[in-house]
Amino acid sequence: MNLPFSWLQFLRKRVARPASTGKSQRGIPVWSWFWYILGGLYFVLPLYATLDFSLRMKRDVISLEAYKSAFADPAFLQSFGYSIMLAAITIVVSIVLVVPTAYWIRLKLPEARRPVELITLLPFVVPAIILVFGLIRIYSSPVKLPFTSLVLLNSLTTSRYGTIILIVGGYTVLGLPYMYRSVDTGMRTVDVRTLTEAAQSLGANWYSIMMQIILPNVRAALLSGSLLTFAIVVGEVVLASYLGVPAFGPYLFLLGQHRAFEPAALTFITFLLTWAAMGIIQLITGGQGQGAGAH
Amino acid sequence: MAESALPIAKTKMPHSRARNWLGVVPFFLFAILFLFLPSQRLFVGSFTDEQGHFTLNNIIQLVAQSSILNAYWLSIQISAVTALGGGIFGFLLAYAVTVGGLPKPMRSILITFSGVASNFAGVPLAFAFVATLGRTGFITALFKNVFHWSLYDHGFNLYTFAGLALTYMYFQFPLMVLIMAPALDGLKREWREAAENLGASNTQYWLQVAMPILLPSILGSMILLFGNAFGAYATAYALTGGALPIITIQIGAQIRGDVLHNPGLGYAMAMGMVFIMAISLAGYSWLQGRTERWLR
Repeated sequence: MNLPFSWLQFLRKRVARPASTGKSQRGIPVWSWFWYILGGLYFVLPLYATLDFSLRMKRDVISLEAYKSAFADPAFLQSFGYSIMLAAITIVVSIVLVVPTAYWIRLKLPEARRPVELITLLPFVVPAIILVFGLIRIYSSPVKLPFTSLVLLNSLTTSRYGTIILIVGGYTVLGLPYMYRSVDTGMRTVDVRTLTEAAQSLGANWYSIMMQIILPNVRAALLSGSLLTFAIVVGEVVLASYLGVPAFGPYLFLLGQHRAFEPAALTFITFLLTWAAMGIIQLITGGQGQGAGAH
Repeated sequence: MAESALPIAKTKMPHSRARNWLGVVPFFLFAILFLFLPSQRLFVGSFTDEQGHFTLNNIIQLVAQSSILNAYWLSIQISAVTALGGGIFGFLLAYAVTVGGLPKPMRSILITFSGVASNFAGVPLAFAFVATLGRTGFITALFKNVFHWSLYDHGFNLYTFAGLALTYMYFQFPLMVLIMAPALDGLKREWREAAENLGASNTQYWLQVAMPILLPSILGSMILLFGNAFGAYATAYALTGGALPIITIQIGAQIRGDVLHNPGLGYAMAMGMVFIMAISLAGYSWLQGRTERWLR
């Protein structure tokens, strides 16, 4: 802090009491309530409208018909299951990639912090549509060893496993800022260096230090990073549709082209899922909400 | 230059230093494969003509072709409008729950909802707004039945610029709330007390103490919102089906099939976007750095 602190402290002692009573005299904060209610309406109205619409599939009665019809479509379960699988793989890959890196930087390599942090911010500069553009252009043709005709890697966009590798890589990139920041903050609060030294002096090897000491100590951070990744991946549509993956996002989009009520039902369910993920993050991090998004 | 002065200990260092760098090799390898190589391909492609020779023509075409310039301009407009609107509205909300005197639980409700809403985007968001403000949407019907006033007969249309802006606002202002609430918390009570003690009115305190401290943070956050909207694709595509040719939708069309009949121009279009995003992120972090001197 650059302010003359002692001077402020002096003032604070003198005015502390009148200032605090002055605040309570102000009465009901009308404008604060006004903006709050307006914001609340903006939040709630689209959700209420979606719910209301999704319940009106049968004429003149409120019914869950749209939900029944949406769930009855086998393509829904397939695409939704596929997206959950992609989310799970992405979360595992992100954790395997981020946790040892963040740990190693804290422990041995503080000079790598800036470049790594910079990289984790790059997904804000390279939006999903650009990322998928580059991924397709690079990996749709066989990757050759430079200056030779030796094929290192066959085209990834044509095979099933190839597209899974590409999309998981892409999703990991999109979730990187949130996962890295979450884990890094988690490691700041526990003293990884002391923990490591203690474990080493008790004879633990690197594997058990990682699995038994570091991971359990950052589990809250891992959970919140994972839930954010989940929220990004499950409804994601840009990477999924351009890479031609049968995920939930493209399915919902196509459903919206020729149905009315079922998409509304699934939209509401997506919202509930996002809400559940964010609610749990809110619970475990105690109010440090984060913004992400795959717009 | 100073090589002769190297102490003995330092000649030993590079060995263990180099070994330490091995620990972050997987991360950098991943970044190269999934971030740098794709970006580098687009970058090189934007300076290459169809015969594979170096050219600046693609960059010149970006400005020369009015359809591309218009797409950028439309994206910039929608991002600026929603960044400004979302920024002001989000700031007022953050103000209301921090220093505005609302009860504590109101704050956690708002923060949780903001976390959800800033993540609720893309196709579901577009569908939710169709159900709200579409031709048969909830609010459209409400206006018609209660006030006998048709939104759509009076110039409103969800599938236009204004409608898209309203939809973007749904993820824009919550992001502002999430960034500004901690910044407003950082306003020290002592500053207000000091100002009051020196005879400042509430307005004077806000205009001459709080605002100068918060302004870089507010501007920086708005720039971040700008980038947030600028990179958006799915919401706009699901809502308007490509009828509003913003730059991300143009790039999408170029990926699906070479609609420009010039791959290099497509790469240049993507690079132009990355360039604008990079400027906005740099602006954000610069302004954020200026605020942190006071608010930490």
